[in-house]
This record gives sequence, structure tokens and C-alpha cells, in this order.
Amino acid sequence: MSTQAAAPAAVPGAQNAGGTPVIEVRGVEFAYEKGGQALSGVNFTVREGEFLGLIGPNGGGKTTLLKIVLGLLVPQKGSVLVLGRDPRALGADRRLIGYVPQDSGVRKHFPATVLDVVLMGTYSSLGLFRRPGAKEREAALAAIRHVGMEGLEGRMAGGLSGGQQQRVAIARALVARPKLLLLDEPTSGLDTGGQAQLFDLLERLRKEYGLTVVMVSHDVTALAHFAEHLACLNKSLHWHDRSELISEEVLRKVYACELDAFFIKHREHLQEFHGDHAPAGHAHGPHCDHDHGHDHGHGH
Amino acid sequence: MDYLLTPFHYEYMQKAIAVSAVIGAVCGMLSCFVTLKGWSLMGDALSHAIVPGVALAYLLGLPFALGAFVSGLAAALLMGWVKARTPIREDAVIGMVFTTFFAAGVLLISIFPSNISLKTIVFGNILGIADSDIQQMLIIAAVTMLVIGLKWKDLLLFAFDPHQARAVGLNPTLLNVMLLTLLAATSVAALQTVGACLVVAMLVTPGATAYLLTDRFGKMMALAIAMGTLTAAVGAYLSYFLNGSTGGCIVVLQTACFMLALFFAPKHGIVASRVKGRAKVQQLQALQPRAERTSEPA
Repeated sequence: MSTQAAAPAAVPGAQNAGGTPVIEVRGVEFAYEKGGQALSGVNFTVREGEFLGLIGPNGGGKTTLLKIVLGLLVPQKGSVLVLGRDPRALGADRRLIGYVPQDSGVRKHFPATVLDVVLMGTYSSLGLFRRPGAKEREAALAAIRHVGMEGLEGRMAGGLSGGQQQRVAIARALVARPKLLLLDEPTSGLDTGGQAQLFDLLERLRKEYGLTVVMVSHDVTALAHFAEHLACLNKSLHWHDRSELISEEVLRKVYACELDAFFIKHREHLQEFHGDHAPAGHAHGPHCDHDHGHDHGHGH
Repeated sequence: MDYLLTPFHYEYMQKAIAVSAVIGAVCGMLSCFVTLKGWSLMGDALSHAIVPGVALAYLLGLPFALGAFVSGLAAALLMGWVKARTPIREDAVIGMVFTTFFAAGVLLISIFPSNISLKTIVFGNILGIADSDIQQMLIIAAVTMLVIGLKWKDLLLFAFDPHQARAVGLNPTLLNVMLLTLLAATSVAALQTVGACLVVAMLVTPGATAYLLTDRFGKMMALAIAMGTLTAAVGAYLSYFLNGSTGGCIVVLQTACFMLALFFAPKHGIVASRVKGRAKVQQLQALQPRAERTSEPA
């Protein structure tokens, strides 16, 4: 059964032209001991430099899938290869997977500056006896520059805004020079301006470094803009290439997973926020209105 | 002058001051992680939970560190077990388990009198410390310092962001167990200095004080260690003149340091915030007339 599913033609994303596969998920089944089936028959491939948006209802298995890719959970069936290897056996190369956790909320007075936090990204490559030195400092400052936080490296991390903290978390992931960046709902704590900045940043990193990005988000609109592929996860995975994502009609049709309360609620939320930029407005292409985040346009 | 040096003329006082200083340093070191991780209650719990182990070890003639370690671990496991199986909140579980262990220890000591008295365990007795106990303490102190020295990066990341720690391949369960073990071991070491009741003060106050004084982890660690060492040594020294409890002296000194920091810390102190608040009010007052003036034409 799983061998059939593993046939290249049947695997979403596998037939896409382009770089080497970064994530290969084949016939993955996962069930929690108590919570029942979380993932079933999940197949997909993400290639170098691609941007996969992962959406789906709460409890649909998004975070579970991320954890499997990180090697923190082991599927009962199927196989997962990250950079051609078992994610659990990456060893020191684990640094090649950057991870931005869902809640990067820092306690307000934690005694760590932005630089300290970003330096934490180098810890895993330092080993037991070394402290971060000049080399690590330089790399951390470079990462801070990349996320547009230069000049703030001496600020207390806990005193930053949600968007800035998100950037620090990304810088912390980048400082280890990852090939793959996994982000778990990074936009949830951001206002629309912060979201637009985040997507711009990811776009730049992808172009400059060929970074592969997988982002879990509820923000279908933004993902439809920036992600090359969208996958909707509700136990099973439904894959959509971006070319299909042209109208709400199509969105509706291709989301084979149930449009449950979450989606309906989310659409209302989007319309409320974006006004005339509602999903149908995305028909004119992926980069049509970057400014939707900077300015709601409600005041006119 | 001679009067001030009298404590140093007695070997038992020299030992007491030196041993207290070492324990103070180790506790200060660990107190940073206890403060940042929010584990003060856990520290309190462990320091009481080791009592039955210490009592049993003395009864059986085993090294007391071994007994303490086993009983501390048993308490931690029991807390985890109860928490996983009931909807009771963690603080209630911790409160119940550690008092139960402490009660068992008190009972054991009172039923089977041995060469260790209840008073020694509960309030400490650094002046009467045996050389074999000093040895055990020094070993515990050395191991704790070594582990923290090697693992501080992991522990810091774990305290800062457990999700990220997991994602970079650290094992949170292992780190938890490690911190618990260090806490239990340090509690054992501090037991004879300040006693089971006051151990938690040494495991929290230096870290909490340093937290008020600095925004950097490295400095916080240095301050907490310095404070732990000094207050323990000076407390032991002063207790000679006061002819009072060494543990009480040390903890009161630590609290005094904390109060000083609370009021006079440059950034987070009460005085500093008052001054800042007043400056802001003055600023606003200075702005107000101008604001009124500009609003007049409108």
C-alpha cells in the first residue's frame, strides 16, 4: 500500500522540477497513544528553495507533522527523509534544520539581550567546552542584520514587540546556517504590518540563500501570496500548487478537507481585515499587493 | 582586633566558615537556574523531601548523600506520577508530597534515635560537622560545579525556551532530571549548614537578588555566586559572636542583601523606579504649559 503511495508520480511535489529534495515524506501514519490517529497516508516532497505553506484546522496534525520532520516524533508507518537522511540521525547536522517555535514569547525580564538570544542558536554547534567566541558573535550580528534588527542587539529580548521577537527567533535559527526553516504559526502574534515584513524577509532569504521554508499558518491569504505550494492538513494531506490558488471559488474547491468552523471564521476575519483585498482579489498574481499589510486602506 | 579574629583561632570555626562559603557558592550558582526556571517551590520541596533519606542513611550507616539522593528522586517521581494521574494542580501536588516525605523523616528520626538529632537535620549544625561529611559535601559541590560548568548553555536555553531546546536536539526530560538531581544534591550539601528548613533560601535568594541587579545572565551568575559565598562565610563568622544559629545568620544576611537590591538596584529597584516616575511626571508637567499654549489658538 505504502509502496504504491511512494510511486513518484503519486507524490505531491515530487514531480516538480528544481533542486534536490529537502523533505521527502512517504506514506506517513502517526497516532498518539491517547489521542488517536493524527496523520494518515501523508505524502509530499519539498525541494530546495521552495516555500510550502501548511494550513488546516486545529488538531489537523500540522504541529505533529513538523515534529516528525524535526525528528522529535517517529511515525508508526512510512518514511521521512530530511536532506536525504533520517531526521533522528542527523546528529550535528541537526543545525541544518532551523526551527521557529509557535510561542517565542520571552519572559519580560529574562536576563538576555537580543545578541544573547541569537547566540543561543550557536550553542548546539559549540560542544561541551566552548563558549560562544568572536566568530559566533560575528555570525550572530550578521543574522541580526539579515532580519533587519541591526542596532537592537543590545536590547533586552523580553522587552521587544511580538514582531521583533519573531525576528529574533528567526535570526537565532539562521545563525546556525540552516538549509531548511520550519516556522510554526509565526504570524499569529503579529499585526498585518509585521506579517508583511516577515513574508518579505522569508522571500529574501529564499532568494539569497536558497533556503527552503515550511510554514504552518492560519493566514491563508498571506500564504496564498508567498508560498509556492499549499498543503492542507486534516489528518490526510491535500496538496495544491500555487497556480491553482486563484480565487476563493477555487480555494473552496481544492480544499478537499472540510471547510469547518475554523475556515469560515477565518474568512470573516480576513474580510474584516483586508476589506477589498479579500481572497478573490489575489487573482492577479502572487506579488500583487505587498502593501496589504502596511496599510489597511480602511481610512479612505 | 584580636577580638574580631577569635573565630579563626578555633579549627571548628575555620572549617565552618570555609565549608559554608563553598556551599554558598554552589547554591548561588544553582539559584540562578532556580529563579529563571521558576523552581523555587520545587527547591523547597526537594530540600524537605531528602530528610527521610538522610535519616535512613544514618540508621543504616550509609553515606547520607546517597540516602538523600534516593529519597529526593523518589519524591520527584511521586510528584510526577500523581500529577499525571489527577487533575490536581502542580503546586498542591508538590505541597502534599514534600510534607509527606518530611513527616516520614521526622517520624523516622523520632522513633529510631541515632547519632543524628532532628534539630541537626531541620536547622543544621555546621559547627559539629564531621570530616567525612565535609568530604561528601566537597564532592557534591565539585560535581555540581562541573556539571553546570559544562552544561550551562543547555540549561540556559532550556530555561529560556524549552521548545527551541527540544528542536535543537536537547532532551528536556534529561535536563529536568539533571536539574532535579543537582537541586537534591545541593540541598544535601546545604543541609548541615543551614538545615532542611532554610535550604530553599540559599537556593533562591542569591539568584533573585542578582536578577534585580543585572540584565545579563553572566553577571547574574557571578553576582549570585559572590553573594552566596560572602553571605555564607560572613554569616558563619557572625554566628560565633551572636552565639546563634549559623543557618539563621546566613539567611538573614541574604535577605538583607535582597532588601538592599530591592530598594537600591540601579534599574529594577524601588528607588530607581520612583526617581524615574518622578522624572516622567516632571517632564509631563514641563510639557503641559506649552501644550496649553499651543491649544489656545485652536
